[in-house]
Amino acid sequence: MHELPITERILKIVLKHAERNAVSKVLTIRLGVGSLSDLEDDWLQHYFNYLGKGTVAEGARLDIERLPARALCDACSKTFDVPKGGIRGMKCPACGGGNATLLSGREYFIKEMEVL
Amino acid sequence: MDEIRLIEVKEDILADNNRLADELRTRLKEKGTLLINIMSSPGSGKTSLILKTIDALGEDIRLGVIEADIESKVDAEKVSLRGVPVVQIRTGGFCHLDANMVNQGLEAMEQHTVDVLMIENVGNLVCPAEFDTGAHKNVMILSVPEGDDKPLKYPLMFSVCDVLLINKIDYLALADFDGEALRRHVFALNPTIKIFEVSCKTGEGIPDWAAWLREQREAFVKEWS
Repeated sequence: MHELPITERILKIVLKHAERNAVSKVLTIRLGVGSLSDLEDDWLQHYFNYLGKGTVAEGARLDIERLPARALCDACSKTFDVPKGGIRGMKCPACGGGNATLLSGREYFIKEMEVL
Repeated sequence: MDEIRLIEVKEDILADNNRLADELRTRLKEKGTLLINIMSSPGSGKTSLILKTIDALGEDIRLGVIEADIESKVDAEKVSLRGVPVVQIRTGGFCHLDANMVNQGLEAMEQHTVDVLMIENVGNLVCPAEFDTGAHKNVMILSVPEGDDKPLKYPLMFSVCDVLLINKIDYLALADFDGEALRRHVFALNPTIKIFEVSCKTGEGIPDWAAWLREQREAFVKEWS
């Protein structure tokens, strides 16, 4: 639902790097998005097409990789995968502990971009 | 023909927001202001809860309220009738508050000394969960008519909150609401969440919530002094 503000931030970061690197056109932007985020890939692209008009990033394709969610067991310090759909019912597979700290799964970042 | 280049960016999209949120938390702590972020669906009773909390806490704790709405200032008007300093933020179509908007609200609140500052976030169970506002505690309301299955649909919101207030418990007799099922779903997501059952209409449960808030404020002051 908040794809628009996220897209604005993506564009801002992309344009900053484009300027620094004297880019004439941005072709692809590779994003890493945690699997616990509910961002819709199609809407990100849709908003990006709109916001990017008239910039060097116009028409760039967003390539979104979903990153797995991992958690660290508070009891035994082992890490484990958090199932898609959330941290619901998270029990440590090693010791059965019910308390764990989420290590990843909620991130949004720009990895790299292909440019001319 | 230009050659395709690869630029490594490695930048967190929300880094700016998270950095500012941490800054706000520290700054407010130094001032002795406890920031509470209240989130829920539209119509769950955020404004009613704020009004009840103002009445329950009385005058020994100085309260302030930041109201966020996409449009209108009806909530701010209701709160200001209680004589509490209130700042209205129009999010201009944004579905949530972020740290920058809260920062603007704080600037407008600057002339008041506030012990507990409550933020009424935009009514929405999805987006506000993703954006750190700089609050010390996150509180959510789920009202009985919304149903007991909401933790299954909006897991992130239930995961990031310190407190869940189950509001409108005066509706329990009329609703197919399974409180046990709700607790099971919620604790599976968030084993340390604190749950209060309240009715902003009858006032039931409000004293327990107010006592919790008072405790948090005391612990906060102790830690700080």
